[in-house]
Amino acid sequence: MVDVAIQPNRANRTSATRKRASLRNALKRKSTSAFFMTLPLIVLVAVLVIYPAFYSLHLATLNKSMQRYVGFSNFTFLFTRETFWLVVKQSCIFAITAVIFKALIGFIVAHFVHNIPAKGQRKWRGMLLVPWVIPPAMSTLGWLWLFDPSYSAFNYTLSFFGIGPIPWTGDADWARFSVILVNVWYGMPFFMIMYLASLKSVPDQLYEAAAIDGANWWQRIWYVTLPMMRNIIAITTLFSLIVTFANFDIVRILTAGGPLDKTHLFATWAFKLGIESSDIPLGASVSLFMVPILAVAAIFILRDINKRGNEA
Amino acid sequence: MADVTLRKVVKRYDDVEAVRGIDLDIPDHEFVVLVGPSGCGKSTTLRMIAGLEDISDGDIMIGGDIVNDVPPKDRDIAMVFQNYALYPHMTVAENMSFGLRLKHYPKAEIKQRVTEAARMLDITELIDRKPKQLSGGQRQRVAMGRAIVRNPKVFLFDEPLSNLDAKLRVQMRIEIKKVHQKVRTTTVYVTHDQVEAMTLADRVVVMNNGRIEQVGPPNELYHKPATRFVASFIGSPAMNFVPCRLEDIGGTLHVRVTDTLAFPLPGVRASRYNSVSRDTKLLLGLRPEHVADAKFNSGAGVETFDATPDVIEPMGMETFVYFPLAGGQVCGRVNPAVDARAGAPLRLAVDLNHMHLLNEATGAVI
Repeated sequence: MVDVAIQPNRANRTSATRKRASLRNALKRKSTSAFFMTLPLIVLVAVLVIYPAFYSLHLATLNKSMQRYVGFSNFTFLFTRETFWLVVKQSCIFAITAVIFKALIGFIVAHFVHNIPAKGQRKWRGMLLVPWVIPPAMSTLGWLWLFDPSYSAFNYTLSFFGIGPIPWTGDADWARFSVILVNVWYGMPFFMIMYLASLKSVPDQLYEAAAIDGANWWQRIWYVTLPMMRNIIAITTLFSLIVTFANFDIVRILTAGGPLDKTHLFATWAFKLGIESSDIPLGASVSLFMVPILAVAAIFILRDINKRGNEA
Repeated sequence: MADVTLRKVVKRYDDVEAVRGIDLDIPDHEFVVLVGPSGCGKSTTLRMIAGLEDISDGDIMIGGDIVNDVPPKDRDIAMVFQNYALYPHMTVAENMSFGLRLKHYPKAEIKQRVTEAARMLDITELIDRKPKQLSGGQRQRVAMGRAIVRNPKVFLFDEPLSNLDAKLRVQMRIEIKKVHQKVRTTTVYVTHDQVEAMTLADRVVVMNNGRIEQVGPPNELYHKPATRFVASFIGSPAMNFVPCRLEDIGGTLHVRVTDTLAFPLPGVRASRYNSVSRDTKLLLGLRPEHVADAKFNSGAGVETFDATPDVIEPMGMETFVYFPLAGGQVCGRVNPAVDARAGAPLRLAVDLNHMHLLNEATGAVI
């Protein structure tokens, strides 16, 4: 009898012990502890990225007063607007041109800095990083004054050579040039520092081997430096393409999308439609257009990186 | 192919003189090995020949032409690096043909040269692989292949076997020797491994502290070292140095090692050392193979003595015995049949026909 009375209790105790043991084992596993350690970040990303992303998807399906579900009407409406295609074109021109110049100038400057003796290199590296560390909203204000048609330093200097005055932000082409110039000035140091780190990781012996094999300076760059930096170039370009494509502050402060919407990017136009014109669903639709364009670029570039892997 | 000449070559880094005015003549087809401890200036010398380092003073000539200011690509040399320096993004074939492609050789000729070199080095099946897919030994073969296809005037090797394990190193050493026997290109090879130097070289250049200590064929360096440094650097285990002095006992010249131990010198040696002052502090230099067991070694000039080894190293075909003598440790090589044991007295024989006598103060071999 006694035995029978005790049996259920023993069974309960055994299952509780087993549960505790499996929990202890789960906590011991590396993947479990890694999950718990990254949980705060996962929550943060969910709250600040995933939720707004889905919310903007939801907003894009509403009408202007946000009262009625309209499906894809906002998107189809955008296709019919000339300004939308202007923004697509300008965003592509802006991002591609700026990234090419940032990469090119960053590469050249990185080479110069790399060849400076170690003693002076830190000083130059620090100075060249200044544009990148100043908040762009503030530095762009400085550029705005430099681009002033009447009193700017640029036009004043050019007047000595009989040039100008140039309508830096007043003419569509010059305004496009100006926003790209400021973006290149601001973003180049990022490329420079990434390329410099990459350059430092190329073994000197490869250059020496190439020099003995008969390669001149340009051939050493083409056959050794560039292939060795391919992955860094690809990642930096992708990252910069995304950031540049989604740029807001420089264009907003310098031209506010003008003249005649000619310098609008997706972000500035989305802001104009959504905030200034109080059509939040349409603004959300515009900003969502960036996603497929950037996703395609990301897939191509990342696929290439995965394919090559680490060749060293 | 060409000869290489160094005339009073100096390399300075700020205040430090890494190479201190060396002279060296390397005739066409010769395999010369620069050997010495780390920091002796051997790699710097090689890099100056390659044109990868400027020379501070002196002249370097390749094929009779001064190349002091000629860039590496115009010196018609090929170099094999310690870390192989293969281009990681190129296949084996692309690595090997890179120099030829830069010089716009016809495609057919490039293919023929690469195929030939690959066959010579037994890497034909690796031709389409990337360096990361190769083992250390295979990478080294590819690096050699890259040098061979260019058919240069001079091959330069900068410690090419240092990154390989001991077994592979022996194998590659033989490969390098075979390749040189086939192509006969003038070769300058840098190593810190004296075994590599001895086995590969037509002539060995022993360097120390930025200077050349001695140049000569391997056997000459082994049997007739000019300085204590060369005597101690060449040979493994190293030569024994026992403090000693000369003494006349009963009209015969002796070398006294301890108060109770003095060896009479054989006639040839006695006449050679007779003029040396009896007060001069000397070192008796003996190779381990000349300190052997008395049981199997006897004859003119061979003297016996008793020692008690404290360490025994059986190597199979020989046994090394280490015993204290005159305040130092001496290594001898005995026949394994003697059955030497640590702590047990052993009758040893020293072959004074092969002895060396060195001035303790100057390190010069007398």
